[in-house]
Amino acid sequence: MATVIGRQSSLDLADRIGGSVDEVGADERAASLAKRSIKKDSKLWALDLALRCCDLTTLEGMDSPGKIRQLAAKARRPQPGDDSIPPVAALCVYPRLVKPAVEALAGSPVKVASVATAFPSGQADLDIRLQEIERAVGDGAHEIDIVISRGAFLAGDDEAVFEEVRRSVEVAGDAHVKTILETGELGSFDRVRRAALIAMAAGSHFIKTSTGKVSPAATLPASLVMAEAIRDFHDETGRKVGLKVAGGIRASKEALRYLVVVHETLGDEWLDPQWFRIGASSLVNDLLMQIDKQRTGLYSDPDRYTLD
Amino acid sequence: MSKWEYAPAPESTEIVSIDDTYGLFVGGEFVEPRDGSYFKTINPATEEVLAAVAEAGEEDVDAAVAAARKAFGTWSALSGTERAKYTFRIARIVQERARELAVLESMNGGKPIKESRDVDVPLVAAHFFYYAGWADKLDYAFPGRSASPVGVCAQIIPWNFPLLMLAWKIAPAIACGNTVVLKPAETTPLTALTFAEICNQAGLPPGVVNIVTGAGATGALLVNHPDVDKVAFTGSTEVGKEIQRSVAGSGKRLTLELGGKAANVIFDDAPLDQAVEGIVNGIFFNQGHVCCAGSRLLLQESVADKVIDKLKRRLGTLRLGDPLDKNTDVGAINSRDQLDKIKRLVGVGVDEGAELYQAACDIPEKGFWFPPTVLTGVSQSHRVAREEIFGPVLSVMTFRTEDEAIEKANNTSYGLSAGVWTQKGSRILMMADRLRAGVVWANTFNRFDPTSPFGGYKESGFGREGGRHGLEPYVRLGAPR
Repeated sequence: MATVIGRQSSLDLADRIGGSVDEVGADERAASLAKRSIKKDSKLWALDLALRCCDLTTLEGMDSPGKIRQLAAKARRPQPGDDSIPPVAALCVYPRLVKPAVEALAGSPVKVASVATAFPSGQADLDIRLQEIERAVGDGAHEIDIVISRGAFLAGDDEAVFEEVRRSVEVAGDAHVKTILETGELGSFDRVRRAALIAMAAGSHFIKTSTGKVSPAATLPASLVMAEAIRDFHDETGRKVGLKVAGGIRASKEALRYLVVVHETLGDEWLDPQWFRIGASSLVNDLLMQIDKQRTGLYSDPDRYTLD
Repeated sequence: MSKWEYAPAPESTEIVSIDDTYGLFVGGEFVEPRDGSYFKTINPATEEVLAAVAEAGEEDVDAAVAAARKAFGTWSALSGTERAKYTFRIARIVQERARELAVLESMNGGKPIKESRDVDVPLVAAHFFYYAGWADKLDYAFPGRSASPVGVCAQIIPWNFPLLMLAWKIAPAIACGNTVVLKPAETTPLTALTFAEICNQAGLPPGVVNIVTGAGATGALLVNHPDVDKVAFTGSTEVGKEIQRSVAGSGKRLTLELGGKAANVIFDDAPLDQAVEGIVNGIFFNQGHVCCAGSRLLLQESVADKVIDKLKRRLGTLRLGDPLDKNTDVGAINSRDQLDKIKRLVGVGVDEGAELYQAACDIPEKGFWFPPTVLTGVSQSHRVAREEIFGPVLSVMTFRTEDEAIEKANNTSYGLSAGVWTQKGSRILMMADRLRAGVVWANTFNRFDPTSPFGGYKESGFGREGGRHGLEPYVRLGAPR
């Protein structure tokens, strides 16, 4: 159960440790971290970690129980016949597909994550959004990825944003809540930071960059800003919150850059699926390909990596 | 020991080919020094000898100045367009040989490859491109005045940005029709000598650029040579003063770019994480071997503790080590002498009452190294707040109001640069107006561009390098039309 600071002190927190972010400076720091050269053993270790941190995702209008069952097989065993390849962290689906996902993943360590709260827009009344969470959790979802109400936030209604997240966390019960800020819609890093702090103060277990349905989705600078907010929140309250980056991360090289950001901003403790996730679909196969390359020195034919 | 240790990621040195010995570059050729003196140049990260380099004596300096004088007649008479072509060609060849130059710079000087590759060498090319563009537009540079060359220029440069300081000197000089005799610093001659090769590759007429290697004595010979029309020096304030004394009454034109003890001022509304990056960049970039380094941190008292905590934590992610490793953030100190000086002054700081904080670093056995260091509890009346340390050492003090910040920032004999960190635009403009520094950076630090004039107030020197202003030292202006 997430601990929530008293409502007034939570919004105070956003002011207390808020502050501003310089766009140029943040971009430069992210670019500098992106220059880290990760080679050999340290690369193999990171590729393995990235895979273990993947939330293998399908969020399409076309999703059906058949699709879910097959993707679940990939999630449990990304490379058939290779037991050294670990399973991913979670399978991320729409609420209606939670039941087949839970069935398909029975007996495996892979979690079921469901989006909810009128994903991706968040444009629905609160009671409907909360009902979605209840259903998903009732069907067996371990994790819920919610969206904040960007409309309310941009209209200056921080209290509404806070309250919606707080209620969502409450209704989710034992399920862990990842709160999507949709950084691509917030305009400035000042606002990304503020939204992050509000979401954390309201009890989120994770904060997440994007729905992946809007461009720009995850970017290195926005993730850096969120990681710094997580660090400052932890310093202030003692509570750890995880970071999920999602949307447009297709290349292993890019995934490793996010790991560097986490490593050099948050430190060792966050380098774990418990505190870091990557929303991914095609990334998984690129990670497998890069792992093979590190091990054998060769790139394999792409058909060696399954499309489920 | 971190969970995730980055594996070594060394840049290969195969691209570099260093000769065993180097002569002097005079009149388009490499020649042996007349009295046969050579000295060794090393890699400060390993103490390995890289080459033996000529020590120019009196006859050698004479020959170099004579070669420059001989070349001046033709070079100065060329059209600006023609001089531009040579200068553009030099810029292009620098770009083509960029990786080689970057690796060589890191090997000979100690700075991290990611700096020489991403900052130094690109800026070198940029300066040549930029001044190539001015060569044929000098009639428009000074409205109502005609511009003609000065003559033979003696140029003496330091070891902190060897090739870049060479570019700052040579590019405007030759674009304006002058010829030069340049002396690189004694610890970092190799990229200058490679540049000499590039001049030949570009087909630059012999004698337009001459490179004489040597130490202080060679520099003095060059500065005092009677057939030199202009002297340009970048280095310590102490030597700058000596040069100014020797040149007095000689009719020689002079520009000096000397030391600094810049204030980096952080207000309570500053974007704190980015300000910390600015602090780190300001004093640990190039190991603090930077004349415009932000070596005095002025923190608004209300946020001082917070910023210091963030800074200390940030020091933990700085990687000190092999300059050729692509992940290295802090390289080697350039020489044993400089390392001794840094250690001495840090000792003084501690004796004076400052509190010392250093990042825990694995110091390699060979080579010259100093970990990033922060001295807190410093006051203006501490030597470590007045004297240029020229190393990765930050002196931290607090202030309460804008007026106090300005007073402390300006309370120095130097005046090269300053940094201001605040969200408030009006405060930036006000601070920039009142800070007595040639360069003021707002929410950034150590930003250089060939279009932007760089130089100091007070004992940081006079004259500007970069921009239209950078042409002034290298031209004689005709009477107003």
